[in-house]
Amino acid sequence: MSTKIAISGLRVAFSKNEILKGITIDVHRNTITGFMGPSGSGKTTLISVINRMIDFEENAHIDGEVHIDGHNILDGGQNTVELRRRVGTVFAVPIPLPRSIYENIAYGPRLRGIGDRIMLHYIVEDSLKKAFLWDEVKDRLSMSALKLSGGQQQRLCLARTLALKPEIILLDEPCSGLDPISTAKIEDALSELKKDFTIILVSNNTKQIARITDFSAFFYLGELIEYDTTERLFTKPSVKKTEDYIQGKFG
Amino acid sequence: MRINPRFTNKFVQIGLNLQAFFTVGILVIIVAIICFKGLPYVNFEFIFSYPEDMGRLGGIFPSIVGTILLALLSILFATPLGVGTAIFLTEYTKESKFTKIIRFGVESLAGIPSILYGLFGFIFFVIKLRMGWSLLAGVLTITIMILPTIIRTSEEAIKAVPRNLRIVSYSLSATKWETVTKVVLPSAIPGILTGIMLSVGRAVGETAAVIFTMGSSLRLPTSLFDSGRTMAVHFYILAREGISMEKAYGTALVLVVSILLINVVAYYLMNKAISKYS
Repeated sequence: MSTKIAISGLRVAFSKNEILKGITIDVHRNTITGFMGPSGSGKTTLISVINRMIDFEENAHIDGEVHIDGHNILDGGQNTVELRRRVGTVFAVPIPLPRSIYENIAYGPRLRGIGDRIMLHYIVEDSLKKAFLWDEVKDRLSMSALKLSGGQQQRLCLARTLALKPEIILLDEPCSGLDPISTAKIEDALSELKKDFTIILVSNNTKQIARITDFSAFFYLGELIEYDTTERLFTKPSVKKTEDYIQGKFG
Repeated sequence: MRINPRFTNKFVQIGLNLQAFFTVGILVIIVAIICFKGLPYVNFEFIFSYPEDMGRLGGIFPSIVGTILLALLSILFATPLGVGTAIFLTEYTKESKFTKIIRFGVESLAGIPSILYGLFGFIFFVIKLRMGWSLLAGVLTITIMILPTIIRTSEEAIKAVPRNLRIVSYSLSATKWETVTKVVLPSAIPGILTGIMLSVGRAVGETAAVIFTMGSSLRLPTSLFDSGRTMAVHFYILAREGISMEKAYGTALVLVVSILLINVVAYYLMNKAISKYS
């Protein structure tokens, strides 16, 4: 199994407040890796480094290295626009752009200069199918995306990310506000998608992590406490803290 | 002791209603007087024929054209400049002393009486740049005059666009400029349009600054270097010099109706643009 993302000695501080205290972790290609931990453990900050969305935060100080396919993306010369095409993101709250369903999906491809209508149609349909949303919206693609339900909006956001043809997909608590049925649809989609993508799922929901991830990492107060296959981490955790968290004793 | 809440509620409700009726009432009375006094003189011929004998006879066609040209061209110049400045202030700079100075300057400019803009336009455009009394000098002066309004309203509109939308756009591999043009500006259009409408009103209603820079020729302006007069100026001269109160009221009515029309059309277009997406 090969390494897709190699993070080493990553420290992130906002002003003097250290959020990540030296994280070293390898994320494997074509797997779903779960990042879990109570809030304040730095999971969200960690993925915002991988897609360099952290650039939009003020006073962030970053140390360490993050390699994707061997290239350090924290290098000054990194093209962040191209990086964000390769590393797609789905946020906790679904945020559709105020335009139609079709135009939401086509936003990324259009930016890349794809103007051919047949090509765009294909990308939109393909992305929506992969996000398990196609059947629900195929007859009303020109409807405003804001009219979709919360669960549909989140799958729209997933489809929109897929339309970028990324290599890595980061999901930041994508199901936190969703009902069980919508959650199941997203989980099904993710399990299918790992064939083609490397997926990182940030979640505070240990049951979800156990259900669908291959590897799990447990973070606590800015440190990586334990990282292993999900099976081993959930059956035989080697650190007491991990065990307590999984059993719901805190968090 | 506290006053009976039901009584205070009623009292406040009636008071606020009265205030609203009073405000709207004044507006209705003004429009009614203009309609009453102007309607007998407004007809097809009044709108489409040229004035004769200094405006005592004939119509107001040249001043209608003058008004449209002045307002349209000023908006055409001021909108890109103003919206561009607003984008710069909100998206491309951090809050600093520099932006505070710019903002202070813009606010001060908004408070300057229009006659000072007129005087500046007269000295700079008409005399110094030798444009003479011309449509161009008028347009440039009015452009400067309405810029602060457009900048301020555009800035507020752009600031009101949720940060989330920008973040999503960036996460979909958009550059800053793509985010501004494809996400921020479309969402800010209603607010920006409000500023433009206010500016159209100022351009159409302005007299002092226009007389100083565009002059008051009764001829139809056919080039940027022609002098001309707007309906407001025509009205002012007809009334001030006692030429013809009938024609003055007729002009006023056309002016009021056209402002109303512009507003209705603009809001219709805006709503159409908005409903496309939400």
